[in-house]
Amino acid sequence: MQSFSVSEITEYIHDLFDADDVLADVWVRGEISNLTVARSGHWYFTIKDATAQLRCVMFRGAARSVRIAVSAGDEIMAQGRVSVYEARGEYQLYVNQIELAGGVGDLHRQFEALKAKLDAEGLFDPARKRPIPAFPRRIGIVTSPSAAAWQDMQNVLRRRFPLVQLILSPTLVQGVDAPPQIVAALNKLNRRDDIDVVIIARGGGSLEDLWCFNDERVARAAAASRIPVISGIGHEIDFTIVDFVADLRAPTPSAAAELATPNKDDLLLDLDRLRLGLTARFEGDLAERARDLSRLRNGLGFLSPLRMTRQAQGRVGDLRGRLERATRAQLSRLGERLAHTSNAMERANPQQILSRGYALLRDESGALIRRAAQVSKNQRLNVQLAEDEIRVRVED
Amino acid sequence: MEEIAGLSYEAAYEQLEALVAKLESGDLSLEDSVALYERGQRLSAHCQALLEQAELKTKMVDDDGESGPA
Repeated sequence: MQSFSVSEITEYIHDLFDADDVLADVWVRGEISNLTVARSGHWYFTIKDATAQLRCVMFRGAARSVRIAVSAGDEIMAQGRVSVYEARGEYQLYVNQIELAGGVGDLHRQFEALKAKLDAEGLFDPARKRPIPAFPRRIGIVTSPSAAAWQDMQNVLRRRFPLVQLILSPTLVQGVDAPPQIVAALNKLNRRDDIDVVIIARGGGSLEDLWCFNDERVARAAAASRIPVISGIGHEIDFTIVDFVADLRAPTPSAAAELATPNKDDLLLDLDRLRLGLTARFEGDLAERARDLSRLRNGLGFLSPLRMTRQAQGRVGDLRGRLERATRAQLSRLGERLAHTSNAMERANPQQILSRGYALLRDESGALIRRAAQVSKNQRLNVQLAEDEIRVRVED
Repeated sequence: MEEIAGLSYEAAYEQLEALVAKLESGDLSLEDSVALYERGQRLSAHCQALLEQAELKTKMVDDDGESGPA
Protein backbone atom coordinates (compact mmCIF):
# COMPACT_ATOMS: atom_id res chain seq x y z
CA MET A 1 0.00 0.00 0.00
CA GLN A 2 1.19 3.50 -0.92
CA SER A 3 2.22 5.70 2.00
CA PHE A 4 2.37 9.52 2.25
CA SER A 5 3.92 12.04 4.51
CA VAL A 6 1.44 14.32 6.29
CA SER A 7 2.41 17.17 3.94
CA GLU A 8 1.92 14.98 0.90
CA ILE A 9 -1.55 13.76 1.86
CA THR A 10 -2.56 17.25 3.00
CA GLU A 11 -1.40 18.71 -0.31
CA TYR A 12 -3.34 16.00 -2.09
CA ILE A 13 -6.49 16.89 -0.16
CA HIS A 14 -5.83 20.56 -0.83
CA ASP A 15 -5.70 19.85 -4.55
CA LEU A 16 -8.97 17.93 -4.36
CA PHE A 17 -10.69 20.92 -2.71
CA ASP A 18 -9.27 23.40 -5.19
CA ALA A 19 -10.32 21.32 -8.17
CA ASP A 20 -13.97 21.41 -7.09
CA ASP A 21 -16.23 23.95 -8.80
CA VAL A 22 -18.74 24.24 -5.96
CA LEU A 23 -16.12 24.84 -3.31
CA ALA A 24 -14.39 27.41 -5.50
CA ASP A 25 -17.25 29.92 -5.13
CA VAL A 26 -20.08 29.33 -2.70
CA TRP A 27 -22.57 31.10 -0.45
CA VAL A 28 -22.96 29.54 2.98
CA ARG A 29 -25.67 30.46 5.40
CA GLY A 30 -25.36 30.08 9.15
CA GLU A 31 -25.22 31.67 12.53
CA ILE A 32 -22.03 33.50 13.29
CA SER A 33 -20.08 32.70 16.45
CA ASN A 34 -16.62 33.09 17.93
CA LEU A 35 -15.96 36.22 15.95
CA THR A 36 -12.43 37.46 16.52
CA VAL A 37 -10.93 40.52 14.87
CA ALA A 38 -7.15 40.06 14.92
CA ARG A 39 -4.74 42.99 15.21
CA SER A 40 -3.73 42.20 11.64
CA GLY A 41 -7.26 43.17 10.61
CA HIS A 42 -8.25 39.64 9.60
CA TRP A 43 -11.54 38.22 10.92
CA TYR A 44 -11.77 34.73 12.29
CA PHE A 45 -15.17 33.22 13.04
CA THR A 46 -17.31 30.15 12.81
CA ILE A 47 -20.70 29.78 11.19
CA LYS A 48 -22.90 27.00 12.30
CA ASP A 49 -26.35 25.54 12.20
CA ALA A 50 -28.00 22.90 14.36
CA THR A 51 -25.72 20.07 13.34
CA ALA A 52 -22.51 21.42 11.81
CA GLN A 53 -20.06 24.23 11.84
CA LEU A 54 -17.59 25.76 9.45
CA ARG A 55 -14.45 27.70 10.27
CA CYS A 56 -14.12 30.95 8.39
CA VAL A 57 -11.38 33.46 7.76
CA MET A 58 -11.86 36.87 6.22
CA PHE A 59 -8.68 38.68 5.33
CA ARG A 60 -8.18 42.32 6.08
CA GLY A 61 -8.93 43.57 2.54
CA ALA A 62 -12.29 41.82 2.39
CA ALA A 63 -13.14 42.61 6.02
CA ARG A 64 -12.60 46.32 5.45
CA SER A 65 -15.39 46.38 2.85
CA VAL A 66 -17.99 44.90 5.20
CA ARG A 67 -20.68 47.58 5.66
CA ILE A 68 -22.94 45.79 8.11
CA ALA A 69 -22.60 45.34 11.81
CA VAL A 70 -22.25 41.67 12.68
CA SER A 71 -22.19 40.14 16.08
CA ALA A 72 -22.37 36.66 17.49
CA GLY A 73 -25.70 35.00 16.96
CA ASP A 74 -26.50 36.82 13.68
CA GLU A 75 -27.71 34.73 10.81
CA ILE A 76 -25.37 35.56 7.97
CA MET A 77 -24.58 34.63 4.40
CA ALA A 78 -20.89 34.28 3.65
CA GLN A 79 -19.46 34.02 0.16
CA GLY A 80 -16.02 32.67 -0.65
CA ARG A 81 -14.08 29.50 -1.40
CA VAL A 82 -13.62 26.47 0.78
CA SER A 83 -10.02 25.33 0.93
CA VAL A 84 -7.49 23.65 3.14
CA TYR A 85 -5.28 25.38 5.69
CA GLU A 86 -2.40 22.94 5.59
CA ALA A 87 -0.56 24.14 8.68
CA ARG A 88 -3.52 23.21 10.89
CA GLY A 89 -4.89 20.39 8.78
CA GLU A 90 -8.24 22.13 8.62
CA TYR A 91 -10.51 23.14 5.83
CA GLN A 92 -12.14 26.54 6.07
CA LEU A 93 -14.15 29.12 4.20
CA TYR A 94 -12.03 31.95 2.87
CA VAL A 95 -14.71 34.65 2.97
CA ASN A 96 -14.88 37.45 0.38
CA GLN A 97 -18.13 39.04 1.56
CA ILE A 98 -20.76 38.60 4.21
CA GLU A 99 -24.34 39.75 4.46
CA LEU A 100 -27.07 39.40 7.02
CA ALA A 101 -29.39 36.61 5.96
CA GLY A 102 -32.60 38.25 4.75
CA GLY A 103 -30.63 41.38 3.95
CA VAL A 104 -30.67 43.16 0.65
CA GLY A 105 -28.00 41.09 -1.01
CA ASP A 106 -29.58 37.89 0.15
CA LEU A 107 -32.95 39.04 -1.14
CA HIS A 108 -31.44 39.87 -4.52
CA ARG A 109 -30.02 36.39 -4.73
CA GLN A 110 -33.31 34.79 -3.78
CA PHE A 111 -35.03 37.03 -6.29
CA GLU A 112 -32.70 35.99 -9.09
CA ALA A 113 -32.97 32.33 -8.14
CA LEU A 114 -36.78 32.33 -8.11
CA LYS A 115 -36.89 34.39 -11.29
CA ALA A 116 -34.63 31.90 -13.05
CA LYS A 117 -36.66 28.97 -11.75
CA LEU A 118 -40.06 30.32 -12.79
CA ASP A 119 -38.67 31.55 -16.09
CA ALA A 120 -37.40 28.04 -16.77
CA GLU A 121 -40.90 26.74 -16.06
CA GLY A 122 -42.24 29.11 -18.72
CA LEU A 123 -44.29 31.23 -16.32
CA PHE A 124 -43.02 34.45 -17.92
CA ASP A 125 -43.72 33.26 -21.45
CA PRO A 126 -45.29 36.12 -23.44
CA ALA A 127 -47.63 33.54 -24.97
CA ARG A 128 -49.19 33.07 -21.51
CA LYS A 129 -50.12 36.75 -21.26
CA ARG A 130 -53.81 37.29 -21.68
CA PRO A 131 -55.33 40.43 -23.17
CA ILE A 132 -56.84 42.94 -20.76
CA PRO A 133 -60.52 43.56 -21.58
CA ALA A 134 -61.19 46.97 -23.13
CA PHE A 135 -64.31 47.72 -21.07
CA PRO A 136 -63.99 46.05 -17.68
CA ARG A 137 -67.24 46.06 -15.74
CA ARG A 138 -65.72 44.90 -12.47
CA ILE A 139 -62.11 45.13 -11.39
CA GLY A 140 -60.90 43.03 -8.50
CA ILE A 141 -58.33 44.86 -6.39
CA VAL A 142 -55.89 42.93 -4.24
CA THR A 143 -54.36 45.42 -1.85
CA SER A 144 -54.57 46.82 1.64
CA PRO A 145 -57.61 49.03 2.29
CA SER A 146 -55.45 51.30 4.39
CA ALA A 147 -52.80 51.77 1.73
CA ALA A 148 -52.42 54.96 -0.25
CA ALA A 149 -52.42 52.78 -3.36
CA TRP A 150 -56.11 51.95 -2.80
CA GLN A 151 -57.01 55.65 -2.60
CA ASP A 152 -54.83 56.48 -5.60
CA MET A 153 -56.53 53.87 -7.75
CA GLN A 154 -60.00 55.03 -6.73
CA ASN A 155 -59.06 58.61 -7.61
CA VAL A 156 -57.75 57.60 -11.01
CA LEU A 157 -60.81 55.52 -11.81
CA ARG A 158 -63.29 58.10 -10.55
CA ARG A 159 -61.84 60.55 -13.05
CA ARG A 160 -61.07 58.09 -15.83
CA PHE A 161 -63.73 55.41 -15.97
CA PRO A 162 -66.32 55.73 -13.19
CA LEU A 163 -68.52 53.14 -14.93
CA VAL A 164 -66.42 50.41 -13.42
CA GLN A 165 -67.13 48.73 -10.13
CA LEU A 166 -64.25 47.90 -7.80
CA ILE A 167 -64.26 44.74 -5.74
CA LEU A 168 -61.68 45.08 -3.00
CA SER A 169 -60.12 41.87 -1.77
CA PRO A 170 -58.22 43.13 1.25
CA THR A 171 -54.86 41.77 2.33
CA LEU A 172 -51.68 42.71 4.07
CA VAL A 173 -49.11 43.84 1.53
CA GLN A 174 -46.03 43.73 3.72
CA GLY A 175 -44.39 41.30 6.09
CA VAL A 176 -44.13 37.57 6.50
CA ASP A 177 -47.90 37.11 6.88
CA ALA A 178 -48.61 38.91 3.63
CA PRO A 179 -47.90 36.14 1.08
CA PRO A 180 -50.59 33.68 2.25
CA GLN A 181 -53.06 36.58 2.58
CA ILE A 182 -52.33 37.82 -0.92
CA VAL A 183 -52.82 34.30 -2.27
CA ALA A 184 -56.14 33.99 -0.39
CA ALA A 185 -57.31 37.43 -1.59
CA LEU A 186 -56.53 36.51 -5.18
CA ASN A 187 -58.28 33.18 -4.87
CA LYS A 188 -61.40 34.82 -3.44
CA LEU A 189 -61.69 36.97 -6.53
CA ASN A 190 -61.07 33.96 -8.75
CA ARG A 191 -64.01 32.16 -7.18
CA ARG A 192 -66.32 34.85 -8.53
CA ASP A 193 -67.37 34.88 -12.14
CA ASP A 194 -68.12 38.58 -12.47
CA ILE A 195 -64.61 40.01 -12.34
CA ASP A 196 -63.04 41.06 -15.64
CA VAL A 197 -59.54 41.86 -14.47
CA VAL A 198 -57.57 41.83 -11.21
CA ILE A 199 -55.08 44.45 -10.07
CA ILE A 200 -52.50 43.43 -7.49
CA ALA A 201 -51.25 46.67 -6.06
CA ARG A 202 -48.99 48.14 -3.46
CA GLY A 203 -47.38 51.55 -3.19
CA GLY A 204 -43.65 52.17 -3.14
CA GLY A 205 -41.33 50.90 -0.46
CA SER A 206 -38.02 49.28 0.21
CA LEU A 207 -37.03 45.96 -1.28
CA GLU A 208 -37.96 44.34 2.03
CA ASP A 209 -41.34 46.11 2.02
CA LEU A 210 -42.13 44.75 -1.41
CA TRP A 211 -40.69 41.35 -0.66
CA CYS A 212 -44.00 39.52 -0.38
CA PHE A 213 -44.47 40.05 -4.12
CA ASN A 214 -41.30 38.06 -4.71
CA ASP A 215 -42.74 35.15 -2.78
CA GLU A 216 -43.02 31.95 -4.78
CA ARG A 217 -46.54 31.23 -3.46
CA VAL A 218 -47.75 34.66 -4.54
CA ALA A 219 -46.07 34.36 -7.93
CA ARG A 220 -47.65 30.97 -8.55
CA ALA A 221 -51.09 32.17 -7.45
CA ALA A 222 -50.84 35.12 -9.86
CA ALA A 223 -49.76 32.77 -12.64
CA ALA A 224 -52.66 30.44 -11.88
CA SER A 225 -55.26 33.21 -11.74
CA ARG A 226 -58.20 32.48 -14.02
CA ILE A 227 -58.79 36.23 -14.32
CA PRO A 228 -56.17 38.33 -16.13
CA VAL A 229 -53.84 40.03 -13.66
CA ILE A 230 -52.31 43.50 -13.79
CA SER A 231 -49.51 44.19 -11.33
CA GLY A 232 -48.97 47.67 -9.98
CA ILE A 233 -46.34 47.33 -7.32
CA GLY A 234 -43.97 49.96 -5.99
CA HIS A 235 -42.46 52.59 -8.26
CA GLU A 236 -41.30 52.56 -11.87
CA ILE A 237 -37.93 51.08 -11.03
CA ASP A 238 -39.21 48.28 -8.84
CA PHE A 239 -39.63 44.90 -10.44
CA THR A 240 -41.08 41.98 -8.53
CA ILE A 241 -41.57 38.36 -9.53
CA VAL A 242 -45.32 39.04 -9.63
CA ASP A 243 -44.60 41.69 -12.29
CA PHE A 244 -43.01 39.04 -14.48
CA VAL A 245 -45.88 36.62 -13.98
CA ALA A 246 -48.69 39.15 -14.41
CA ASP A 247 -50.49 39.44 -17.73
CA LEU A 248 -49.62 43.12 -17.69
CA ARG A 249 -47.10 44.97 -15.54
CA ALA A 250 -47.83 48.55 -14.55
CA PRO A 251 -45.14 50.70 -12.95
CA THR A 252 -47.42 51.94 -10.13
CA PRO A 253 -50.90 51.28 -8.70
CA SER A 254 -52.26 54.40 -10.43
CA ALA A 255 -50.78 53.27 -13.72
CA ALA A 256 -52.36 49.86 -13.22
CA ALA A 257 -55.76 51.53 -12.82
CA GLU A 258 -55.11 53.44 -16.04
CA LEU A 259 -54.00 50.38 -17.98
CA ALA A 260 -57.08 48.50 -16.81
CA THR A 261 -59.57 51.03 -18.15
CA PRO A 262 -60.39 53.21 -21.14
CA ASN A 263 -60.27 56.97 -20.61
CA LYS A 264 -63.66 58.69 -20.29
CA ASP A 265 -62.45 61.68 -22.34
CA ASP A 266 -61.32 59.39 -25.15
CA LEU A 267 -64.64 57.60 -25.03
CA LEU A 268 -66.54 60.89 -25.23
CA LEU A 269 -64.45 61.91 -28.25
CA ASP A 270 -65.10 58.54 -29.78
CA LEU A 271 -68.81 58.96 -29.17
CA ASP A 272 -68.71 62.34 -30.92
CA ARG A 273 -66.95 60.74 -33.86
CA LEU A 274 -69.55 58.00 -34.07
CA ARG A 275 -72.39 60.47 -33.76
CA LEU A 276 -70.94 62.62 -36.55
CA GLY A 277 -70.54 59.49 -38.65
CA LEU A 278 -74.10 58.52 -37.92
CA THR A 279 -75.46 61.93 -38.94
CA ALA A 280 -73.27 62.13 -42.03
CA ARG A 281 -74.34 58.64 -43.07
CA PHE A 282 -77.99 59.39 -42.51
CA GLU A 283 -77.91 62.71 -44.32
CA GLY A 284 -75.97 61.12 -47.16
CA ASP A 285 -78.59 58.45 -47.34
CA LEU A 286 -81.38 61.04 -47.47
CA ALA A 287 -79.56 63.06 -50.15
CA GLU A 288 -79.12 59.93 -52.22
CA ARG A 289 -82.79 59.13 -51.91
CA ALA A 290 -83.65 62.70 -52.94
CA ARG A 291 -81.44 62.34 -56.01
CA ASP A 292 -83.04 59.03 -56.88
CA LEU A 293 -86.47 60.54 -56.46
CA SER A 294 -85.74 63.52 -58.67
CA ARG A 295 -84.26 61.23 -61.31
CA LEU A 296 -87.40 59.13 -61.22
CA ARG A 297 -89.63 62.17 -61.35
CA ASN A 298 -87.82 63.34 -64.49
CA GLY A 299 -88.29 59.92 -66.00
CA LEU A 300 -91.96 59.96 -65.12
CA GLY A 301 -92.42 63.43 -66.71
CA PHE A 302 -90.93 62.09 -69.90
CA LEU A 303 -93.50 59.34 -70.02
CA SER A 304 -96.55 61.40 -68.95
CA PRO A 305 -99.75 61.34 -71.17
CA LEU A 306 -99.77 65.12 -71.27
CA ARG A 307 -96.33 65.14 -72.75
CA MET A 308 -97.28 62.39 -75.19
CA THR A 309 -100.42 64.30 -76.27
CA ARG A 310 -98.37 67.38 -76.75
CA GLN A 311 -95.88 65.42 -78.71
CA ALA A 312 -98.67 63.88 -80.84
CA GLN A 313 -100.12 67.33 -81.33
CA GLY A 314 -96.79 68.52 -82.47
CA ARG A 315 -96.50 65.71 -84.94
CA VAL A 316 -100.01 66.40 -86.30
CA GLY A 317 -99.14 70.06 -86.63
CA ASP A 318 -96.05 69.12 -88.56
CA LEU A 319 -98.01 66.89 -90.85
CA ARG A 320 -100.62 69.53 -91.37
CA GLY A 321 -98.00 72.04 -92.28
CA ARG A 322 -96.36 69.66 -94.67
CA LEU A 323 -99.71 68.84 -96.17
CA GLU A 324 -100.51 72.53 -96.63
CA ARG A 325 -97.17 73.27 -98.13
CA ALA A 326 -97.36 70.29 -100.47
CA THR A 327 -100.89 71.16 -101.56
CA ARG A 328 -99.99 74.72 -102.16
CA ALA A 329 -97.01 73.72 -104.24
CA GLN A 330 -99.10 71.29 -106.20
CA LEU A 331 -101.77 73.89 -106.87
CA SER A 332 -99.26 76.40 -108.02
CA ARG A 333 -97.68 73.87 -110.31
CA LEU A 334 -101.11 73.07 -111.77
CA GLY A 335 -101.81 76.76 -112.18
CA GLU A 336 -98.64 77.27 -114.09
CA ARG A 337 -99.35 74.34 -116.30
CA LEU A 338 -102.87 75.63 -116.91
CA ALA A 339 -101.60 79.02 -117.90
CA HIS A 340 -99.14 77.45 -120.25
CA THR A 341 -101.82 75.30 -121.81
CA SER A 342 -104.24 78.14 -122.28
CA ASN A 343 -101.55 80.15 -124.02
CA ALA A 344 -101.00 77.26 -126.36
CA MET A 345 -104.69 76.89 -126.86
CA GLU A 346 -104.94 80.56 -127.55
CA ARG A 347 -102.25 80.28 -130.06
CA ALA A 348 -104.09 77.34 -131.74
CA ASN A 349 -107.46 79.13 -131.97
CA PRO A 350 -108.52 79.29 -135.74
CA GLN A 351 -110.13 82.66 -135.16
CA GLN A 352 -106.74 83.87 -134.04
CA ILE A 353 -105.23 82.51 -137.25
CA LEU A 354 -108.00 84.02 -139.40
CA SER A 355 -107.36 87.40 -137.82
CA ARG A 356 -103.80 87.23 -139.13
CA GLY A 357 -105.24 87.07 -142.70
CA TYR A 358 -105.81 83.40 -143.19
CA ALA A 359 -109.17 82.04 -144.40
CA LEU A 360 -111.11 78.83 -144.09
CA LEU A 361 -112.79 77.30 -147.14
CA ARG A 362 -115.96 75.28 -146.61
CA ASP A 363 -118.54 73.72 -148.88
CA GLU A 364 -122.11 74.46 -148.44
CA SER A 365 -122.47 71.72 -145.89
CA GLY A 366 -119.81 73.43 -143.83
CA ALA A 367 -117.08 70.79 -144.41
CA LEU A 368 -113.56 72.16 -144.62
CA ILE A 369 -111.92 71.97 -148.01
CA ARG A 370 -108.33 70.90 -147.75
CA ARG A 371 -107.62 69.73 -151.34
CA ALA A 372 -108.66 70.84 -154.80
CA ALA A 373 -110.04 67.41 -155.54
CA GLN A 374 -112.80 67.98 -153.06
CA VAL A 375 -114.49 70.57 -155.26
CA SER A 376 -115.98 70.67 -158.68
CA LYS A 377 -116.57 73.43 -161.25
CA ASN A 378 -119.26 75.89 -160.40
CA GLN A 379 -119.54 74.56 -156.85
CA ARG A 380 -120.42 77.17 -154.37
CA LEU A 381 -118.11 77.59 -151.41
CA ASN A 382 -117.92 79.79 -148.39
CA VAL A 383 -114.70 81.61 -147.48
CA GLN A 384 -114.67 82.35 -143.88
CA LEU A 385 -112.62 85.33 -142.79
CA ALA A 386 -111.97 86.56 -139.35
CA GLU A 387 -114.93 88.96 -139.31
CA ASP A 388 -117.27 87.64 -142.00
CA GLU A 389 -117.79 85.39 -145.02
CA ILE A 390 -117.47 85.62 -148.71
CA ARG A 391 -119.64 83.45 -150.97
CA VAL A 392 -117.63 82.27 -153.99
CA ARG A 393 -117.99 79.94 -157.03
CA VAL A 394 -115.38 77.56 -158.37
CA GLU A 395 -114.47 78.56 -161.95
CA ASP A 396 -112.09 75.84 -163.12
CA MET B 1 -84.33 45.63 -30.17
CA GLU B 2 -83.92 45.98 -26.43
CA GLU B 3 -84.74 49.06 -24.45
CA ILE B 4 -81.78 51.40 -24.51
CA ALA B 5 -82.08 52.62 -20.94
CA GLY B 6 -81.09 49.21 -19.56
CA LEU B 7 -78.04 48.74 -21.78
CA SER B 8 -74.53 48.71 -20.35
CA TYR B 9 -72.06 51.15 -21.83
CA GLU B 10 -70.22 48.54 -23.87
CA ALA B 11 -73.43 46.96 -25.14
CA ALA B 12 -74.80 50.35 -26.20
CA TYR B 13 -71.49 51.34 -27.75
CA GLU B 14 -71.26 48.06 -29.65
CA GLN B 15 -74.77 48.56 -31.00
CA LEU B 16 -73.94 52.10 -31.99
CA GLU B 17 -70.87 51.00 -33.91
CA ALA B 18 -72.79 48.20 -35.64
CA LEU B 19 -75.57 50.59 -36.49
CA VAL B 20 -73.28 53.15 -38.12
CA ALA B 21 -71.68 50.32 -40.11
CA LYS B 22 -75.12 49.19 -41.21
CA LEU B 23 -76.07 52.69 -42.31
CA GLU B 24 -72.80 52.84 -44.21
CA SER B 25 -73.55 49.63 -46.06
CA GLY B 26 -76.72 51.20 -47.52
CA ASP B 27 -79.49 49.05 -48.95
CA LEU B 28 -81.99 50.10 -46.33
CA SER B 29 -85.55 51.24 -46.65
CA LEU B 30 -86.10 54.87 -45.75
CA GLU B 31 -88.11 53.76 -42.77
CA ASP B 32 -85.28 51.53 -41.51
CA SER B 33 -82.75 54.24 -42.18
CA VAL B 34 -84.71 56.76 -40.13
CA ALA B 35 -85.24 54.21 -37.38
CA LEU B 36 -81.51 53.39 -37.27
CA TYR B 37 -80.61 57.05 -37.16
CA GLU B 38 -83.00 57.75 -34.31
CA ARG B 39 -81.82 54.72 -32.39
CA GLY B 40 -78.21 55.71 -33.00
CA GLN B 41 -78.85 59.14 -31.58
CA ARG B 42 -80.47 57.66 -28.52
CA LEU B 43 -77.69 55.10 -28.07
CA SER B 44 -75.00 57.76 -28.20
CA ALA B 45 -76.91 59.96 -25.78
CA HIS B 46 -77.26 56.97 -23.46
CA CYS B 47 -73.52 56.25 -23.64
CA GLN B 48 -72.68 59.87 -22.98
CA ALA B 49 -75.05 60.04 -20.03
CA LEU B 50 -73.59 56.82 -18.60
CA LEU B 51 -70.07 58.24 -18.82
CA GLU B 52 -70.93 61.62 -17.44
CA GLN B 53 -73.22 60.54 -14.68
CA ALA B 54 -71.44 57.41 -13.48
CA GLU B 55 -70.09 57.33 -9.96
CA LEU B 56 -67.38 54.91 -9.02
CA LYS B 57 -68.75 52.06 -6.91
CA THR B 58 -66.62 49.97 -4.62
CA LYS B 59 -67.33 47.05 -2.36
CA MET B 60 -65.55 44.34 -0.46
CA VAL B 61 -65.13 40.97 -2.04
CA ASP B 62 -67.15 39.21 0.63
CA ASP B 63 -70.05 41.65 0.58
CA ASP B 64 -73.17 40.12 -0.82
CA GLY B 65 -75.34 43.19 -0.32
CA GLU B 66 -75.56 46.45 -2.22
CA SER B 67 -72.36 48.13 -3.20
CA GLY B 68 -71.23 51.04 -1.17
CA PRO B 69 -68.03 52.73 -0.11
CA ALA B 70 -65.40 50.19 0.84
